[in-house]
Amino acid sequence: MAWYIAKRLFYAALILLGVSFITYLLLFLIPADPARQIAGRSATPEVVANIRHQLGLDLPFYEQYLRYLWQLLHGDLGRSYVQRSQVSDLMAARIGPTLQLMAAGIGLELLIGISLGLVAAIKRNSGLDRALMAFSFIGVSSPHFIAAMLALYFFAVKLGWFPLGGYGGIEHLMLPAITLGVLGSGWYSRMVRSSMIEVLHQDFIRTARAKGLTRVRVLLRHVLPNAIIPVIPMIGIDIGIFMSGLVVVESVFGWPGLGQLAWQAIQQVDIPIIVGVTTLSAVAIVLGNLVADLAVLLVDPRIDVKNS
Amino acid sequence: MNLLMALLKRKSVAASLLFILIVVVAAVFAPWLAPHDPTRQFFDGLTLEGAPLPPNADFYFGTDLLGRDLLSRIIYGARTSLIIGVVSNGIAVIIGTLVGVTAGFVRGWTGSILMRLTDLMMSFPALLLAIALAAILRPSLWIVALVIAMVNWVQIARVIYSETISIAAKDFVAVERTIGASSLRILFSHLLPHLLPTILVWATLGISTTVLLEATLSFLGVGVQPPMPSWGNIIFESQTYFTSAMWLVLFPGIAIVALSLSFNLVGDALRDELDPTLKGRL
Amino acid sequence: MHKVLKGFALTAMAVAISGAVQAQETPKPGGEVIVTYQNDVATLDPAIGYDWQNWSMIKSLFDGLMDYEPGTTNLVPDLAERYEISDDGMTYTFHLREGVTFHNDREMTAADVKYSLERTINPQTQSPGAGFFSSIVGFDAVSSGDATTLSGVTTPDDYTVEITLSAPDATFLHLMALNFASVVPKEAVEEWGRDFGKHPVGTGAFKLDDWALGQRLTFVKNEDYYRDGIPYIDQIDFEIGQEPNVALLRLQRGEVDIAGDGIPPAQFLQSQQDPEFQKLMVIGDQLHTGYMTLSVTIPPLDNLKVRQAINMAINKERIVRVINGRAAPTNQPLPPAMPGYDSDYEGLSYDVEQARALLEEAGYGDGFETELYVMNTDPQPRIAQAIQQDLSQIGIQAEIKSLAQANVIAAGGEQSQAPMIWSGGMAWIADFPDPSNFWGPILGCEGAVPGGWNWAWYCNEELDARAEEANAMVEPDQREERARIWGEIFTTAMDDAPWVPIFNEKRFTVHSARMGGDDALYVDPVHVPVNYDYIWVK
Repeated sequence: MAWYIAKRLFYAALILLGVSFITYLLLFLIPADPARQIAGRSATPEVVANIRHQLGLDLPFYEQYLRYLWQLLHGDLGRSYVQRSQVSDLMAARIGPTLQLMAAGIGLELLIGISLGLVAAIKRNSGLDRALMAFSFIGVSSPHFIAAMLALYFFAVKLGWFPLGGYGGIEHLMLPAITLGVLGSGWYSRMVRSSMIEVLHQDFIRTARAKGLTRVRVLLRHVLPNAIIPVIPMIGIDIGIFMSGLVVVESVFGWPGLGQLAWQAIQQVDIPIIVGVTTLSAVAIVLGNLVADLAVLLVDPRIDVKNS
Repeated sequence: MNLLMALLKRKSVAASLLFILIVVVAAVFAPWLAPHDPTRQFFDGLTLEGAPLPPNADFYFGTDLLGRDLLSRIIYGARTSLIIGVVSNGIAVIIGTLVGVTAGFVRGWTGSILMRLTDLMMSFPALLLAIALAAILRPSLWIVALVIAMVNWVQIARVIYSETISIAAKDFVAVERTIGASSLRILFSHLLPHLLPTILVWATLGISTTVLLEATLSFLGVGVQPPMPSWGNIIFESQTYFTSAMWLVLFPGIAIVALSLSFNLVGDALRDELDPTLKGRL
Repeated sequence: MHKVLKGFALTAMAVAISGAVQAQETPKPGGEVIVTYQNDVATLDPAIGYDWQNWSMIKSLFDGLMDYEPGTTNLVPDLAERYEISDDGMTYTFHLREGVTFHNDREMTAADVKYSLERTINPQTQSPGAGFFSSIVGFDAVSSGDATTLSGVTTPDDYTVEITLSAPDATFLHLMALNFASVVPKEAVEEWGRDFGKHPVGTGAFKLDDWALGQRLTFVKNEDYYRDGIPYIDQIDFEIGQEPNVALLRLQRGEVDIAGDGIPPAQFLQSQQDPEFQKLMVIGDQLHTGYMTLSVTIPPLDNLKVRQAINMAINKERIVRVINGRAAPTNQPLPPAMPGYDSDYEGLSYDVEQARALLEEAGYGDGFETELYVMNTDPQPRIAQAIQQDLSQIGIQAEIKSLAQANVIAAGGEQSQAPMIWSGGMAWIADFPDPSNFWGPILGCEGAVPGGWNWAWYCNEELDARAEEANAMVEPDQREERARIWGEIFTTAMDDAPWVPIFNEKRFTVHSARMGGDDALYVDPVHVPVNYDYIWVK
């Protein structure tokens, strides 16, 4: 087990190194000059050259990247070109709202997904089952920006049930979280439904029913826990998909999180922020997968570590 | 043929196939079907204050913010969506299959490196990667298709990889090996035919993902270049009006969701039909 | 008799009106105000901030030697009580107000003024405004990093600053009113280092009380502000990340007092039909011109006739309609509110036939293909498409390159990259109300360098020489003559058609019914976008 974790951690570190390298390389290739942007429109070429030198932008790529890595190892993500603040400060200020939205969004995904899947499996092949599955299909087929705009239009503008975007209390959190939750729930509900059906057909369930346990008790104590196991690694994979939705949803709802920060930085080619947010997202994805895999190991002893 | 009949038995799939057919027809025959030139900015397509027109007798879906016919733009936008869907997804499927089969069949170091590469790609927030690529390569229709392919091949590669491993482990492959069949022969006469259903399923599902990513990139202003219409950039150009001219978001929005939904439903049904063991599963 | 009577009646009416206004419009101190912006506030460091949303915030936190009368472009002394200009126009002597204190309670002195200018110019500061001060003696040494003190700025005593220029500069007083010339306390700058922008300390009417990054900034009244009774408002909360449509809806619900980004186009049309809303809307001019650059070095745009044809092919009226009449078409680089604007200038008017004929003469009767660069945020790509359609009428097929702002700027700064650029979103809003600001970087030779902002790569040395002469006319009685010469410089440049000047944007902003103060304060031409110091709550 320890060996397995160590191996996974080693791979995780390698992946993060790769992510930071590729991101840095891509941004190095973007045809825009941060020094010119910083220097403004009244600057002479000498001033621009001076700033370029200060930022180390006149160094060859590998030197820039190694310098970045070295600083990263010391916990220094550099300074934003546009805002001039420490990238770590800027990200720290926005990680709270993002975690909030992520927790609420993923929580709702699971809640909606598992309960819909549960109901659909119990009522399988009924009209309700088909309606729920159609709903989950529409969810996974809708782009976040359309869902977010429609939600904002109907529930905030027309009906006035929620505030029109922005950050603050639970009422601000609801609409973006529901948007993320509904769209992301589709895969979970389908997965829970099919794995429920599979479990329901297994012998031990029949035995349990035969022993005279109530239907509800069998469902909650025996079927659901077994049916949920395949959902766990799914959460790990889902974090990556979820992040893309987050960028769009935060922008449409004006949620002051990392997604919004990243999108603004991309528009301004504020490289240190883009690299910072991408690396952090990669950390989240890698860790999410690792934790999900370990969780499965704990709850499902049938999996053999040596072969995975 | 049996497959098609089986698919058509399901009402939702039949409806999806019909919708896909409509979109394909719209895309192919756009010049004949569209009531107007999609890039023509009509002088009377805007009110005197410059507001877009709601649906009316001249412009069935209304006009956009430049006085262009929205219906014509949506019809031509079908081309953009399908071209990206087919080209980009095609590239993604080819890369994904190559990587997956190689990694699963060759194994060893090559396979290991290839799979670590997919892990790496999976660890990127896909949208950020696509936006960064689009910024470097300066978006055009083909570049956008390429960018989306670069982001989307990974998932297919992983599926094909695990599928390849399980097929290669089967008895008949072992038998072939013992009777001295070459690797290439095994690859072409056994592996690929067995992989085909999986590839078909994922190629169909992948179009849905591709359509969504294209729409999102265009919505963010980094997709196909104007004046080429795409369902995503129609919404991008109209977003400031979405509270007052809802039709500008609603019509292309419905088109995007419907197309993506159709490919998802067909892909899902294909999976059920082609692989009974997976019936009802993901 | 008749005339006299009429005149009398008018005067009486004027008195009556102003009386009424006076009675109703007496500024009242107190109150808290909520202002929204969409984009984050990058920094409040006066040497660095250069955005729409932080420009007037910085002006409220800091002061410079000079400022403008609220709501106007009339220069007045600010931290300087008065100033003298030497006869040769080369030396400015500023006499500072005594007893002005920074937010940290230390008195502001001449040494702070000198330090602040040196800090802005010092390349370590990386100020986007350093270049404005190149006329001060010793600029080059500081700017290149060879020196840290400006030899041209001296402080004979604590309340006197003498600034010597290397050439007479009629715009120098304007430069002293720029944010980049704001006076900052050295000890606070050194304490916070590069994070000074997040912990600003100035002498201004407001102090920064709290800043939740990416969410909210709170300004509170500076009780010790040197102008008695100013500011009127006790507290301003700036809420960041608010989409303009959302901000406006919230304003209608009474949750917001000022929508800092103005009225978005869709709401603009709706609100025009709403008389209640009309009362809250404020319209103002701004020193802005939206233009398309035509690179004079990239064929076939290097041909004057082609550039003229492009000028005549563009239907500016329609473009203005596309943006819902929120601008006025124009034919010259200077905006109407700028001294030197030539209202008699006819320019190249819209004439498709003539444009076709010119293309024919130039040998491009069948048209040609070219590229139009544009920033990728709405409405810029739309405007580019309107231009594109107009050009196709005369056979020019312009491919649109819709890119992030930084990429467009980079493309413009390379000589062979961008044949045409639509300036929207990066457009020239004047830094200070003087025509010279529309010349050097964007039309003069100094900007036609790699990485420069003269994207037409237009360089006319004769006009540059005249510009220099005009800038040397520092005497007050030369003001009109100077404006006339500047006007001529721009119209002469238009003879070479390096630009298609398209429109001058107007500003439409909106505030809640409880906000008081002259309309001009809400569309202040210099304290852009809003002059927070003088507005008040009813």
